[in-house]
Amino acid sequence: MAIAHLTGRRLARVHGLLALALAATIVAAATIGPVHLDWRRALDPSLGSADAVILFRTRVPRVLLAAVVGGALATAGAALQALLRNPLADPHLLGVSSGAALAGVCAIVLQPVFLGRTVVVPAAAFGGALASMAIVVGASRVGGRLDSYTLLLVGVIYNAFAGALLMFINSVVDFYQAHGVLFWLMGSLSGGDYSVVAALALYTLVGLGALVVRARDLDCLSLGDDRAAELGVDVERARLVVFVAASLLVGAVVSVSGMIGFVGLIVPHLVRMLIGGDHRLLLPASYLGGAIFLVCADTIARTALGGSEIPVGVVTALCGAPFFTYLLRRERRRTG
Amino acid sequence: MTTTALLEAEHVSFAYGGRRAIADVALAVDEGEMLAIAGPNGSGKSTLLGLLAGTRRPSAGSVRLGGRNLRDYDRRALARAIAVVPQETGIAFPYRVAEMVLIGRAPHLHGIGLERPHDVAAAERAMERTGVLALADRPLTELSGGERQRVIVARALAQEPRVLLLDEPTTFLDLRHAIEILDLVVDLNRRERLTVVAVLHDLTVAAMYFPRLVFLRDGRLAVDGAPATVVTEAVIRDVFDVDVEVRTSADGVPTVRPRGRSR
Repeated sequence: MAIAHLTGRRLARVHGLLALALAATIVAAATIGPVHLDWRRALDPSLGSADAVILFRTRVPRVLLAAVVGGALATAGAALQALLRNPLADPHLLGVSSGAALAGVCAIVLQPVFLGRTVVVPAAAFGGALASMAIVVGASRVGGRLDSYTLLLVGVIYNAFAGALLMFINSVVDFYQAHGVLFWLMGSLSGGDYSVVAALALYTLVGLGALVVRARDLDCLSLGDDRAAELGVDVERARLVVFVAASLLVGAVVSVSGMIGFVGLIVPHLVRMLIGGDHRLLLPASYLGGAIFLVCADTIARTALGGSEIPVGVVTALCGAPFFTYLLRRERRRTG
Repeated sequence: MTTTALLEAEHVSFAYGGRRAIADVALAVDEGEMLAIAGPNGSGKSTLLGLLAGTRRPSAGSVRLGGRNLRDYDRRALARAIAVVPQETGIAFPYRVAEMVLIGRAPHLHGIGLERPHDVAAAERAMERTGVLALADRPLTELSGGERQRVIVARALAQEPRVLLLDEPTTFLDLRHAIEILDLVVDLNRRERLTVVAVLHDLTVAAMYFPRLVFLRDGRLAVDGAPATVVTEAVIRDVFDVDVEVRTSADGVPTVRPRGRSR
């Protein structure tokens, strides 16, 4: 019998199952909400009922938005973890999300209307994410070495700094366009429409595609830059592609949903436990898994308090922070 | 003049931020040869290995594989010809043994990047030769240091290289596991004419396993020759700046015993 290896059949089976699970989650999430829907009325287009408006104008776009945002954040997390050789890396914890949010807010303040939500703000957030990644990773690299815990600490500091800048901007400008600074800090999936969802899906699938093409390089890079070079990887180029793709993923979704933390930490970890660390499988599976996760988290955010809504970032942080602590302690034990 | 050497460094130098780590080293390794590199800490051993592997570019001179400058090789092609076994095997993620060995096939993959049957067969063969096939489904993090290093050797062999470079492969291993790895390397060399270049610290072990030794000192090649001519009290005093007693054992292998000042 041959040793276990990744076959086309296994790829298809894992992704097929996850896609089915995602579809089921999306349908289930669309049925759940503070308002009870009459399904016959909602699904009959000729009636033009209020039920149909709620379902197709509010719930479905929101659930789809949650799926795309969750997928992008989880994929970015998985890629950054491999590149930085750090299972605790997460776009939010590293300050990449807050950098993206900061740039997105600046773009909104300076350029409020034209193509704002689908082009300008995402582009600014992408730039912010990329710059933040360069700053955090650059500042963490001491003497050519990138220490895991230094990286996390620098990320925390950078986060605090970018958060303060966000608050500062919020206090000097009349910030009416978005939902206030709280929206960016806590993350929210409300107020998306189909055009926003479609634009995001496009950006994030480009990012995912760029990473999947480099999946085997990421396996090599997760062993260290020198090891990757010995295995034939063009390390500089691979690193650049991964940074840009991860920034695109994070920037695009932050521009629409604000900062939603811990998705990029929790999901790749669970997926790795289920299907192993091979990035050819892990990256797309993290996208699907992240989509499922955030649709569920957002359903809780929408419904847990009945009429009023909890920011979805609060839900993910409430799950994520204890999870991070658990992972951190386990890493410390393992590496001594 | 034609070169017959498989791997050849020609007047190679390498500088780190102004400091010269390797200075004008010339070294030719023939196909099927086994060569050990030794020298004091900071003498440039690992740097030289990186230059031979093509992962560092010489600041002067050139390294040639089969007569062709490493610089002219595609990186992936180079990884199919030269494999490296590093000193440390720090693993950030809990890969399974088979997964880790299959990563050695990365430079051979094409298209959508899935292994084809011959890739899987090559990885299996490598695992069989290193005795880790039975561990295939175990997470790497659960293995002993010796087992883990054998898995890394298997990963290198899965690359199906012509040259195997080892950078102090036994540093973190106890004596039994260190000997196991070296026995394995000798066996691969004898049976498959794999060319081996290893950086080693222990001179007695190096003399025992390798028919040819070179010593580096301050980035320069100090001596190059058979253990009997290289491992002598005078040479070791000169290169390592330490007094030792060298005895030749019954089988002709020089054995190094340091003379401590306290005795």
